[in-house]
Amino acid sequence: MSVAVTKSRYQSEEFSARLRRRYAAERRFRIAGMLAVGIASLMLVVLLGSIVSKGYTAFWQAQIRLEVTLDKQQVEERNYTAIVRQALYAQVPAATDRATRRSLNDLLSSGAPYELEAMVNANPSIVGTTQTVWVRADDEIDQFMKGFIRRDVPESERRLSDVKITAIDALVANGSIRSTFNTTLFTAGDSREPEQAGILGAVVGSALTLVVTMLLSVPIGIAAAVYLEEFAPKNRWTDLIEVNINNLAAVPSIIFGLLGLAVFLGFFGLPRSAPLVGGLVMALMTLPVIIIASRVALKAVPPSIREAALGVGASPLQTVTHHVLPLALPGILTGTIIGMARALGETAPLLMIGMVAFIVDIPGGLTDSATAMPVQIYMWADSPERAFTERTSAAILILLAFLILMNGLAVFLRKKFERRW
Amino acid sequence: MSVQTHIPATAMASRPAAGIHGTKMVARDVKVFYGAKQALKGINLEIQENRVMALIGPSGCGKSTFLRCLNRMNDTIENCRVEGLIALDGEDVYGKNIDAVQLRARVGMVFQKPNPFPKSIYDNIAYGPRIHGIASHRDEMDEIVQTSLQRAGLWNEVKDRLREPGTGLSGGQQQRLCIARAIAVSPEVILMDEPCSALDPIATAHIEELIDELRENYTIVIVTHNMQQAARVSQKTAFFHLGDMVECDDTEEIFTNPRDERTQGYITGRYG
Repeated sequence: MSVAVTKSRYQSEEFSARLRRRYAAERRFRIAGMLAVGIASLMLVVLLGSIVSKGYTAFWQAQIRLEVTLDKQQVEERNYTAIVRQALYAQVPAATDRATRRSLNDLLSSGAPYELEAMVNANPSIVGTTQTVWVRADDEIDQFMKGFIRRDVPESERRLSDVKITAIDALVANGSIRSTFNTTLFTAGDSREPEQAGILGAVVGSALTLVVTMLLSVPIGIAAAVYLEEFAPKNRWTDLIEVNINNLAAVPSIIFGLLGLAVFLGFFGLPRSAPLVGGLVMALMTLPVIIIASRVALKAVPPSIREAALGVGASPLQTVTHHVLPLALPGILTGTIIGMARALGETAPLLMIGMVAFIVDIPGGLTDSATAMPVQIYMWADSPERAFTERTSAAILILLAFLILMNGLAVFLRKKFERRW
Repeated sequence: MSVQTHIPATAMASRPAAGIHGTKMVARDVKVFYGAKQALKGINLEIQENRVMALIGPSGCGKSTFLRCLNRMNDTIENCRVEGLIALDGEDVYGKNIDAVQLRARVGMVFQKPNPFPKSIYDNIAYGPRIHGIASHRDEMDEIVQTSLQRAGLWNEVKDRLREPGTGLSGGQQQRLCIARAIAVSPEVILMDEPCSALDPIATAHIEELIDELRENYTIVIVTHNMQQAARVSQKTAFFHLGDMVECDDTEEIFTNPRDERTQGYITGRYG
């Protein structure tokens, strides 16, 4: 005898089929999600891989050793070119005729005589002695040493003549060529010669621009957000302002550039290419981002904290400054730093106000002519020399390093100031 | 916010002869509107000094709204309009002579959900006295913090960890911390908006004992959904229903011999 068991509807065949379908749907969703993450990571790896593989060589630079005899008369005539050349000819004894020697002149960077002059000026006591110095090689020699110019292609299609290659081989043979860390990349401004070009001018330009941006947009942005969120009455006007702020955050950055061109350069007559103007434009661009992020952070502070503070008799301003703002600070900081990072990577508005210019000097103030890092990358990418290609990638790496640093700072500050309740 | 400034002569007599308990606060024809919606339809109530007044009634009847009028917490709500008169010691709290910040120092509040500041236990208590400049130096502040915590019955539990965050305490302890915070500024009246609704029975019993002790020094108005609680802690009870104050009398009277049938229906559990 078996007892007839009435099955509930949740034990029926149909229900278990439905259950299987539900789980299948979940599995498909998980797979789709993992695929998406995988593709995104792959793209990131490809992007970084391509930049790093193209750019890492820029951090090394070939140098040539010279035994310079600092003849007193030549120094007085400031004929350092002759000093450098004589030293070079001495390194390559095989080159005796005029034509060969002339082509040897191209082995050294055109900046070599100036380097020597600077050395003498710094230490005049070395005049009359013979000194061993390492000077930068020309960018083509550098590229050859890195293997980017191949000796097995016919001479007519090669950027380096057979004569030069022979001379280089001779220099390599007696240990007069070395590869060192390319400090110039970090300590010099822009140059037409790749081996003399550095990113420092652009880094300083970017830093000055960001300082102006931060000093303007952070206090104004936070104050605006606090007023709108905590004090302003909710009416048609504040609604209108809110809609406008949200729209401003979506305006293409080049429009802000045009605005800066018309207002700051055209109307106020501020100097062209100046970090001051760049910073003003970036501040306009960053303000809506900071206001929106700050308002979201302020909104996330539980109203019970405001009530608690008001309940013990704190004034509305005390409520905000003592309780609400400190709690919203991590969110505000994150929004601000992300806004700043965006400003750091922005090119378009700077094009409009003349910060895309060939500027050799490192800017010393807010009104000096300057470029910014993304603009420098853009300009180097435009240059024909092979050596600038690797410097472009290197500059991108440096910019990325700054961005990672800033985002890391945002995460760190968030973790540090975040409070649970 | 428009306020009727006509003060009836009877309301001005802040300490009538009725027993030892003078009238601390008076409400006359208080109407509250949230936009077009009317939440209170003319409340008349007298709150006596050093006694506990319980406000009971079904959800949405306006008891919390009324409570929040007493220290003008409704000021912070957009579209909220208060009409009628609310007087503290015979002075119109919506009048020119009283500032909302000053009023809230005199009429403290404890909220439904414990809401300690995310700061240390010490700073939670010290915040009020600090902004009002009550303590002139450190020792005095330590003294205030200690007495406030002692009165709230929390001192023995937290005296060794005053620097730890107040948010790390249990729910009942947090609520007592909030009560200590409210009494640290020495208010005259303490408003409590369902202070035990988020607490377990043991913590609730703790708070109820505390309320009974606090009655000696403070006037207390408590909103509660718990009828037994109202019966246990209060001397006066007011029953609210749909924005009206139906009945207000001695607590014993209300629970044993209600005059209005709506009151009777509510306390016997027929609705609410």
